[in-house]
Amino acid sequence: MAEPSEREAFEVSRREFLRWTGLAGVAIAAAGSAPFLLAEAPEPASGSPDRRRRWTMLIDLRRCDGCKRCEVACRKEHNVPEGQNWLKVFTLTAASGTFFLPRPCMHCENPPCVKVCPVNATFRTEEGLVLIDEARCIGCRYCMAACPYDVRVFNWAKPNPPESPEEHPPDPIFGHRDHRQGVVEKCMFCAHRLKDGRLPACVEGCPMLAIYFGDANEDFVSNGYERLRLSTVLSSQQTFRYKEDLGTEPRVYYLPVRR
Amino acid sequence: MAKIVVTHLEKSVMLPLVRPGRWYWALVGVLSAIVAWAAYAYTVQLQQGLVVTSMRDRISWGLYVSTFVFFIGISHAGTLVSAILRVTDANWRKPITRLAEAITVFALIVGASMVIIDLGRPDRLLYIAQFGRIESPILWDFTSITFYLTGSLLYLYLPLIPDLATLRDKMPVKARFRRWLYTRLAARWEGLPEQRRRLERALGAMAILIIPVAVSVHTVVSWIFGMTLRVGWHSTILGPYFVVGAIFSGVATLIIVMAGVRKLFHLEGIIKPIHFRNLGLMLLALDIVLLYFTLSEYLTAIYPGETQDVAWLTLLGSGQFAAMFWWMIIGGLIVPAVFVAVTRAKSVPAVVIAAILVNIGMWIERYLIVVPTMATPQTPSVIAPYWPSWVEWSVLAGAVAGFGLLLLAFCRFFPVISMWEVAEKAPTPLPEATPLPEPTPAEVAD
Repeated sequence: MAEPSEREAFEVSRREFLRWTGLAGVAIAAAGSAPFLLAEAPEPASGSPDRRRRWTMLIDLRRCDGCKRCEVACRKEHNVPEGQNWLKVFTLTAASGTFFLPRPCMHCENPPCVKVCPVNATFRTEEGLVLIDEARCIGCRYCMAACPYDVRVFNWAKPNPPESPEEHPPDPIFGHRDHRQGVVEKCMFCAHRLKDGRLPACVEGCPMLAIYFGDANEDFVSNGYERLRLSTVLSSQQTFRYKEDLGTEPRVYYLPVRR
Repeated sequence: MAKIVVTHLEKSVMLPLVRPGRWYWALVGVLSAIVAWAAYAYTVQLQQGLVVTSMRDRISWGLYVSTFVFFIGISHAGTLVSAILRVTDANWRKPITRLAEAITVFALIVGASMVIIDLGRPDRLLYIAQFGRIESPILWDFTSITFYLTGSLLYLYLPLIPDLATLRDKMPVKARFRRWLYTRLAARWEGLPEQRRRLERALGAMAILIIPVAVSVHTVVSWIFGMTLRVGWHSTILGPYFVVGAIFSGVATLIIVMAGVRKLFHLEGIIKPIHFRNLGLMLLALDIVLLYFTLSEYLTAIYPGETQDVAWLTLLGSGQFAAMFWWMIIGGLIVPAVFVAVTRAKSVPAVVIAAILVNIGMWIERYLIVVPTMATPQTPSVIAPYWPSWVEWSVLAGAVAGFGLLLLAFCRFFPVISMWEVAEKAPTPLPEATPLPEPTPAEVAD
């Protein structure tokens, strides 16, 4: 059997992402390279620590051509208020020329924003998502000052309501298209999609297939068409994380333009 | 019943309580109008949201937070003059302690309200008490400012008790409300030796307790900034820098308020040039310490030449904040120092002008701590330039006017000079070591 680390083309429905995760787990386990078995259809974040997700994003900068379709997909998915970018494609200049760096929330393992929140409105889940409870946020904006990645945005004015009114429970895990004035918001790694076994909107929106998303505990990431074994990518390629020296331990890895 | 004797001192101090004069009401009128305008501006902000300010996503703190730091700073007037000078038994302090303590309380109230004005969801303010996370420096602030406000109120009230008893006994009979108020507040003070002993003990304890609380307050205010990963904030000097700056602007505010009250209520015989001179020299000393800290902070940042540090200091030294920065250094630190040094603080107007310059400079200094750091790029994000909107300027004007108004209201109901302390000829005897002093005739009116 082929090494699971190899890139394999999978023709699966993106909406079956999580079920597919289970299958991939079986494949990995069968190859004897994973110590755990995930035979049943998985359910998020329950049971033993082995089964717990550790969401991770990998962005291949060599593939990114700066088309910003990921920004568009994000905007559409979340009805992002005007003037905000939850995902932002930066244009950077290096000796080799300009390149692009899509910047979602880093969902840091040691998040400076969560540390400073006075009311526990922003927090880190067991699966490694840094989320915001919009019903709790007092709008002091300390987290915005603390974030080294300029990820967080604030609803200064009353945001536009979604075309169709929606009902959603006051749970930060749920995606919401109606936004509230006076609170801080940001990229949530599409937690509501993950819950349903779907990939984040930006991953699906990227025509270059540059964005991979997955679970570090299951050791793979996918861009919807192919899967990569994360540990192999990290050990064999020169991946980096944004501002790694700050000690924030981001969950977003980048594959550099030149390797 | 014996005839009521009103001493000359009491007469001049109590006069504003009965007849504050035309200028007093004129001032109250002007300040009230400014506060009313600021209240209108705030209602606009409440209706439309913080979008009416100039703050945006990258420069997300601005004038409100700067003004918060500034007012918490001037609240340190009370601690220094009153507590430190009481602990060291400096007798010249007596006519100005009351003003210093009142400044502390009112500056804290105004400063704390600036934070509430800055909140996106002021209706959720109490979440800080309900869901507070002690890991957040905002909680440290909330705790220490609450402590400081409570302590300062107590520290304002305790030395007021003997004066309240005097007022209770000597206010005109027809001023019924006043007599009722002072009777309640005077806590049955009769000037008995045991009461005096207890008051002295309480004041001695409070003076020592309030000093570490005050130092902690401005230290944790600085730590709101210092605990982040941002250039210009993430610095160990920030705590002491804030504390010294706080005492500096506190002393300057005390000088300004002293001059105003002296003029308004004709207290030239009690608040004398010696008070301006001593405070002026203190201002000079603190000015020099602050210059030293400023040099230390900026030289340490610029010399190694780290990219972020250089970007930040370029904004200050020659970029968009250069005018304010050099005004702060020259107009707020060097010129006042020269003014006080050249006149040797013997001229009251010179000291007052220096104090006004210092306070303008210190407000700018707070602004320059908050805004330029946020204006220094930490990612390639677009940073919208920040200059406060009319709503923000109005709220600042309202904060200053509100502070003045609170002080004026205080002057209407309570003596601005600690009468019993001024009347004491000898230094306050130590409670345990000396025999109990007899009350002087000025304090016990029979």
